[in-house]
Amino acid sequence: MKLHEYQAKSILALAGVPVMEGVLVSGPSELEAAIAKLEGPGPWVAKAQVHAGGRGKAGAVKLARTKPELLAASRQILGMTMVSSQTGPVGVKVRKILLVPGVDIARELYASVLIDRSCGQPVVVACAEGGMEIEELARERPEKILQCHFDAVAGMQPHQARTLAARLLEGAPGQAPAAELASLLLGLARAFLAQDASLVEVNPLVLTAQGHFLALDAKVALDDNALFRHPELAASYDDSEDSPREVEARKAELNYIALDGDIGCMVNGAGLAMATMDLIKLHGGRPNNFLDVGGGASKEGMAKAFRLLLSDPGVKAILVNIFGGIVRCDLVAQSIIEAARELGLSAPLVVRLEGTNSEQGRELLKASGLAITAAQDFDDAARKIVSAAAHA
Amino acid sequence: MAILIDKDTRVLCQGVGKAGSFHFKGCLDYGSQMVAGVQPGKGGSQVEGRPVFDTVERAVRETGADASMIFVPAPAAADAILEAADAGIKTIVCITEGIPVLDMARVKALLKGRPVRLIGPNCPGIITPGACKIGIMPGYIHQPGRIGVISKSGTLTYEAVWQLTQQGLGQSTCVGIGGDPILGSTFLDLLPLFEADPGTDAIVMIGEIGGSAEKEAADYWKASMKKPVIAFVAGRTAPAGKRMGHAGAIVSGGADTADAKLKLLAAAGMATVENPSLIGAAVKSRLLPKV
Repeated sequence: MKLHEYQAKSILALAGVPVMEGVLVSGPSELEAAIAKLEGPGPWVAKAQVHAGGRGKAGAVKLARTKPELLAASRQILGMTMVSSQTGPVGVKVRKILLVPGVDIARELYASVLIDRSCGQPVVVACAEGGMEIEELARERPEKILQCHFDAVAGMQPHQARTLAARLLEGAPGQAPAAELASLLLGLARAFLAQDASLVEVNPLVLTAQGHFLALDAKVALDDNALFRHPELAASYDDSEDSPREVEARKAELNYIALDGDIGCMVNGAGLAMATMDLIKLHGGRPNNFLDVGGGASKEGMAKAFRLLLSDPGVKAILVNIFGGIVRCDLVAQSIIEAARELGLSAPLVVRLEGTNSEQGRELLKASGLAITAAQDFDDAARKIVSAAAHA
Repeated sequence: MAILIDKDTRVLCQGVGKAGSFHFKGCLDYGSQMVAGVQPGKGGSQVEGRPVFDTVERAVRETGADASMIFVPAPAAADAILEAADAGIKTIVCITEGIPVLDMARVKALLKGRPVRLIGPNCPGIITPGACKIGIMPGYIHQPGRIGVISKSGTLTYEAVWQLTQQGLGQSTCVGIGGDPILGSTFLDLLPLFEADPGTDAIVMIGEIGGSAEKEAADYWKASMKKPVIAFVAGRTAPAGKRMGHAGAIVSGGADTADAKLKLLAAAGMATVENPSLIGAAVKSRLLPKV
């Protein structure tokens, strides 16, 4: 679950990480009052609150020297459709902005905490050079990226943070408070563990001209599997950037991701669902979605999934690929028949049933009198659906 | 011969609620030696005619169980894994999906260096066809034979196994290692077992986008293995940054995309399949001649 910058900053602040929390503006009507309340001489920065990164380059972060400038900049950002390398070509609409005081930056660093899958332990990743070019830097000069693994049970130890801070500051010009940086890094690790995060990222982590370290930006993503331990955070999720179908699918507890093709897919199991999309593509078709109805999908769940596909105007043909293990294919057939009768079969439908009770399932589909194309096997299913979509 | 489990494996099941007892019966019907159930508060009752205990420690003492199949709900599953390890269980198969990643990081840290083999979580389990099934896979699609299967996926493994069986190629042991970011065992942990198993001639490896386990497996294979391996990697069409159900299947760009992985595997000289419907056929035509 992705959080906005302002949410991430309040999590970091709780863990003792110095941040500029700023003032959140949740719509144009709040803008003028929010700006009037800002203290100090400026400058200020208006920052789009969207889940995707790449905001700076996309013009969704603007610096303003005066309040009138800030008002103008904020109006430009609020409501804009931000397109960055992380949003896809459609972009995302900016609905909220954060206003923060500008900071005199002496140096920019980078720090993040995530799980290193190769060893199954959390790791702090840090770099003495932060900022917008961090991904390029990581590619071109990987030796600049420092890593410090820590134990998920014991947490990051103070000496680990001191060592990492010292390495980050080695050879740096001028004086920097290493203890402050170490404490900040410890705070990031603490927040990661306390909130069951999958990512905590600070870029840039800055040393101010006044000589203090500060998390100028913050990105936090939470582990969906652990949200039961954090009900208040789970409730704060902003789903306005998700496609309406994804929101609908989530309500139906379906594992669904919208894509840009025209072949609707309904499959049991994530691996088989991905392989089905791959095979469709291999035969020249374009999948409309990833939809995993789960290894033990219920009849209701499958009916909901099928409805979701049938009601999608972007879907020109539908492929159902079920390998019944726990799921019984006769039940799958029944839910398809019910949903098709209820909604009407507006698109060509190819069904491949294999595994538990597949014979009965195929018989039911045949006896239903509905225009359903039965597939012999996995490859046959993909070929038939690609051809059906091409002629639809 | 086989790896991990055989006809002598004595299996207990942690979590004997609806799913646990359903699959307890499935394993029993397949012929596995299911010796006990474990669920706190249910001690003294029975599951499919076998005793249920409150603790794994007692179940092991009374029944001599040496393997466990876990269906405990996600919030308590990590503790159930550690309970099994502390009771001396050597092979732990965790079927439960949705375990918090940090819980698994803690399990991983606490099991480090101990003589315990954890398979999963979020996996279909292990089957040695004709001998023992610890998991939720449909038994009848399998057939005893000499092909080893290791896979991150559930139903895609069934698909591959079914293709093998239809080609007349039986399986020595099939292991679903799960698709989570942190796994008890990876390809790298299991390939040496298949290499050493006189009952296995060739191995099918099914990977997914995310992580670097396939690359590590390919490097190991190149350096240390003689038996042929063929690999498929699911998720070539997965969009960057999206999550495809398995928490592990996150493409963040770079070396963990399906295409990048297939290139790395091919560069190591490992056979790869592009078409997931031709896994069985490829084993027959491309791997068996090398055996």
